[in-house]
Amino acid sequence: MTRTLVLDDVTKAFPTGTVALEEVSLSVSAGEFVSVVGPSGCGKSTLLRLASGLDEVSGGDVEVNATSTSYVFQEPTLLEWRSALRNVELVGELRGVPKLERRRRAREALDLVGLSGFEKQHPRQLSGGMRMRVSIARALVAEPDLALFDEPFGALDEITRLRMQTELQSLFALKSFAGLFITHSVSEAVYLSTRVVVMSGRPGRVVADIPVPWGYPRTPELRYEPEFGALVGEVSAALGEHS
Amino acid sequence: MSTAAVHQPTAHPENRTAPQEAHVTSTATPAASSTVASAETPAAGSVPPSGPTPRAGSGRAAGRRRLAGAVAKVGPLLAAVAGIVAVWYVVTYLVLSPERRFLLPPLHQVLGTTLGNPLVMGPMLDALWQTVGVALCGLAIAVVLGIGYAVVMVQSGWAERILYPYAVILQTIPILALTPLIGIWMGYGFSARIVVCVIIALFPMIANTLFGLQSASPAAHDLFTLNRATRAQRLFKLQFPAALPSIFTGLRNAAGLSVIGAIVGDFFFQQGSPGIGGLLRTYTLRLNMDSLFMAIILTALFGVAMFSVFAALDRAVIGRWYGRSGA
Ligand SMILES: Nc1ncnc2c1ncn2[C@@H]1O[C@H](COP(=O)(O)OP(=O)(O)OP(=O)(O)O)[C@@H](O)[C@H]1O
Ligand SMILES: [Mg+2]
Repeated sequence: MTRTLVLDDVTKAFPTGTVALEEVSLSVSAGEFVSVVGPSGCGKSTLLRLASGLDEVSGGDVEVNATSTSYVFQEPTLLEWRSALRNVELVGELRGVPKLERRRRAREALDLVGLSGFEKQHPRQLSGGMRMRVSIARALVAEPDLALFDEPFGALDEITRLRMQTELQSLFALKSFAGLFITHSVSEAVYLSTRVVVMSGRPGRVVADIPVPWGYPRTPELRYEPEFGALVGEVSAALGEHS
Repeated sequence: MSTAAVHQPTAHPENRTAPQEAHVTSTATPAASSTVASAETPAAGSVPPSGPTPRAGSGRAAGRRRLAGAVAKVGPLLAAVAGIVAVWYVVTYLVLSPERRFLLPPLHQVLGTTLGNPLVMGPMLDALWQTVGVALCGLAIAVVLGIGYAVVMVQSGWAERILYPYAVILQTIPILALTPLIGIWMGYGFSARIVVCVIIALFPMIANTLFGLQSASPAAHDLFTLNRATRAQRLFKLQFPAALPSIFTGLRNAAGLSVIGAIVGDFFFQQGSPGIGGLLRTYTLRLNMDSLFMAIILTALFGVAMFSVFAALDRAVIGRWYGRSGA
């Protein structure tokens, strides 16, 4: 199995003096979906920015073995003047994919997230959950080897959030990219992931790396199983000890 | 005309988020932008989400609603005009004694002596036409220069730091302090009038465009960075579209200011065919009160027309831009 993302002893200190991450080592392979949970401000977003190359490490190494990396932001970050379809197309446009090809792929991606029929709607005409779906479609349209998610469901209501989790894990089952997913929610991390990484408070360090045994696709009912509850408890305990 | 009167309506340097720009101030945060948009045009919220399904029978109701909307829009304006006319007559007949009544002749007399008389109206309309030309010309130049200047400024932090002060200086020097110099340098004709117009209309274009170009969220910029967007792609696919609402706000303000600039230019630079501002001065010197008031009415109508046209353009373009006018 190729290791798509490798963080080796990564440290990040900002010019302001804040040490956000300290000696973090973490790897994500193809077919792995790794969630990172940790207290607010422990450097989770910083971790993603380093992994994506948006920001540079102060120490250690980042190795990415991917031809295409995608990033889903906490906010949908759609261009309001573009329709849903044209928002998804943007990625192909920037990368120079021919128009017909990128349009076809954008339609497929929207279809995949259950938005066929909404291609021409503008972001303002969509609900919060639908906007996030467009954002995910935009991330998946480039067939990423590595997909990074920064708390994408944080702003959604509980019902929408659970539905989006179900959809995301089935998309993962379908596409099997290497996924790195930031979240505040322990049950979300357990439900989605093959592994849950727990970080300590700032400066962020990896304090636990807990494997999740179930395969994909996962049913929504998995959340009510006692084993699921036990694993949520284990992650919460690791989180509690170090925050 | 005092300096203060000329300068009051322009956007103040610190006031880059003044009320007239309210609908763009929060485009920087994606979360806030949707609410801001609906605040800007209350109609946005009431548009049914899927546009192209008007049911039969709702046509007449929609027509009535549109009529009611037009009345609601025009009604206050008509009421304001009626109020001004009423005050006018009160001052003419109840405040001024008959021997001082020439200071404010009654409206029907103003209209009567001017509208029916081609010897008065002919030159006045010619002059107005001349001023419209100067204003539109000055506005066009100000738009091109203003947008260009802002685009250059947004290219880097130091470009903005170096260039912005010039814009502020241009804005803070009272135009009346510059007009004599412009006359000496440019002569007292058409081009000097346009220069005054450009100077006065330029700042809102620069400030609003710059503000708009900078309004795209950091996350949107990250998205472009992650996809290795070129500078041109970033400008034309992100910054420029994001700036469009504030560019139109700037255009609306600049349009109003270009009218003032053109009239101030007319007033001072009298070579060549006179503009309406030139006639204002002539009528004043001759104490030709009826014509003076008619000329004032014409300039007011011109100002209102310019503002309304650009406000309507603003609404139409921005509405389409954000997909409001149906899918
Ligand atoms: N550009 C920056 N300059 C200076 N300090 C920064 C910068 N970005 C982040 N930080 C600091 O680094 C720390 C980690 O920030 P980060 O955004 O990664 O946290 P987080 O775990 O994502 O928090 P949250 O869960 O609230 O999103 C914080 O203390 C933050 O103040
Ligand atoms: Mg964060």
